[in-house]
Amino acid sequence: MPRLFQFFVKWRLSLSVGIALVLAGAGLALAANEAAATGGSITDAWWFWPVILFFFCFILGIIAVLSGVGGGVLYVPLVSGFFPFHIDFVRGAGLMVALAGALAAGPGLLRQNMASLRLAIPVAMVASTFSIAGAMLGLYLSSLDPDIVQVALGATIMGIAVLLIVSKNSEKPVVTKQDAVGLALGIQGLYKDASTGELIDWKTHRTALGLFLFIFIGLLAGMFGLGAGWANIPVLNLVMGAPLKISVATSKFLLSITDTSAAWIYMNNGCVIPLMAIPSIIGLMLGSFVGVRLLAIAKPTFIRYMVIGVLLFAGFKAIDKGLGIGILG
Amino acid sequence: MTDKDKQQQLEPMPEQIGYANILFIGAWSGIVIMAVSYILYVSGIIEPHIDIALVTENWGKGVHEFMKITNSPDGWSWLYLLGKGDYLTFIGVALLAVLTIFCYLFLVVGYARTKDWIYFTICVLEICVLSLAASGILGAGGH
Repeated sequence: MPRLFQFFVKWRLSLSVGIALVLAGAGLALAANEAAATGGSITDAWWFWPVILFFFCFILGIIAVLSGVGGGVLYVPLVSGFFPFHIDFVRGAGLMVALAGALAAGPGLLRQNMASLRLAIPVAMVASTFSIAGAMLGLYLSSLDPDIVQVALGATIMGIAVLLIVSKNSEKPVVTKQDAVGLALGIQGLYKDASTGELIDWKTHRTALGLFLFIFIGLLAGMFGLGAGWANIPVLNLVMGAPLKISVATSKFLLSITDTSAAWIYMNNGCVIPLMAIPSIIGLMLGSFVGVRLLAIAKPTFIRYMVIGVLLFAGFKAIDKGLGIGILG
Repeated sequence: MTDKDKQQQLEPMPEQIGYANILFIGAWSGIVIMAVSYILYVSGIIEPHIDIALVTENWGKGVHEFMKITNSPDGWSWLYLLGKGDYLTFIGVALLAVLTIFCYLFLVVGYARTKDWIYFTICVLEICVLSLAASGILGAGGH
């Protein structure tokens, strides 16, 4: 088994690029055949939007890794704003995109013991329960009027952009005294910082408040089909006092649980269309692998600000579309 | 804290490694199954339940309208359509969505072994929550 893992780790970039090229080649071949056969407009062809979506998600995957935000939070507002799919299907695919990314990252985080199960399990319980409620509420609102969801999504995305601007995460928060809930649940741990070799002992405070905030995180994740890393990390780090590295790893792992419950609600309600969901998932995952390789040479600060700009724009576009103003077309 | 205690805390418990291994195999299997079945679907090698042109004509409509027009199944009814290209892809999608439930079973065993009954209970409750979401009881079938 370890040999298999090593093989994947060693060759995943090559495999990613290879699979991307094969799928791109297949798409282009289909394009050429169909164009020759029908002579119609290229945008009328069935493959047009899935192929565009695949490449769009590939780039989104690279940007998501470099900027440190999840793919789902970029995917849902951008795809619902600029692609012809109904927001019901975009949210279903968005959850699957976030879920697939979290599942692929989970094994490494667990083996390195960076994702803390003691921290993740109680908060996942709260978030996953309320993400079901969020998904059902989101689908209900969408059945009444999809524009309600569009406007609420736009406001949420703009709020996330502001949160990214103002929140300053703390590398090692000072927790002088653990609270009763954290103590009862035994939420504490020890990890070795790989960069300094230092052993870091950590515990949480304000655990009850943190668990309470995960109610809202779960609701938003389910309602809009967003991965919720943007909210998980500040709550784990700034509110509960977990070290930043533990918060980031635990947040990613947490998404695999929170998004599972909401994804089932969307799937069971028919909101996952394979024709557009699968190119999204595979494109974003392949992009993420390339993004990890580019991390060493990229300038994350610039990309982070670029993403904040994109989120503000995507949020405004969603509000514009939902209210039917038409400023952005 | 003694050095032995510290070493124990630095090492993940065996069930955590089991969880990671299932996740690794399951996630990559799901992704490969999705990619292969998708190629079989869009290439027309396996005929779809819903014509691709009908999908593209209606993917801008809300899910209720889409399902009515395309006669799409809800809940777990897609299992009856596994012979069709579009619903064959659901095997990979469902595998990704069901993985966490299987992984939690490992944790339940681990926490029972260490007699950590609080976490044992939370994990059992989480399995119930995820199974309820997966069951299709909540919300599905109202079209």
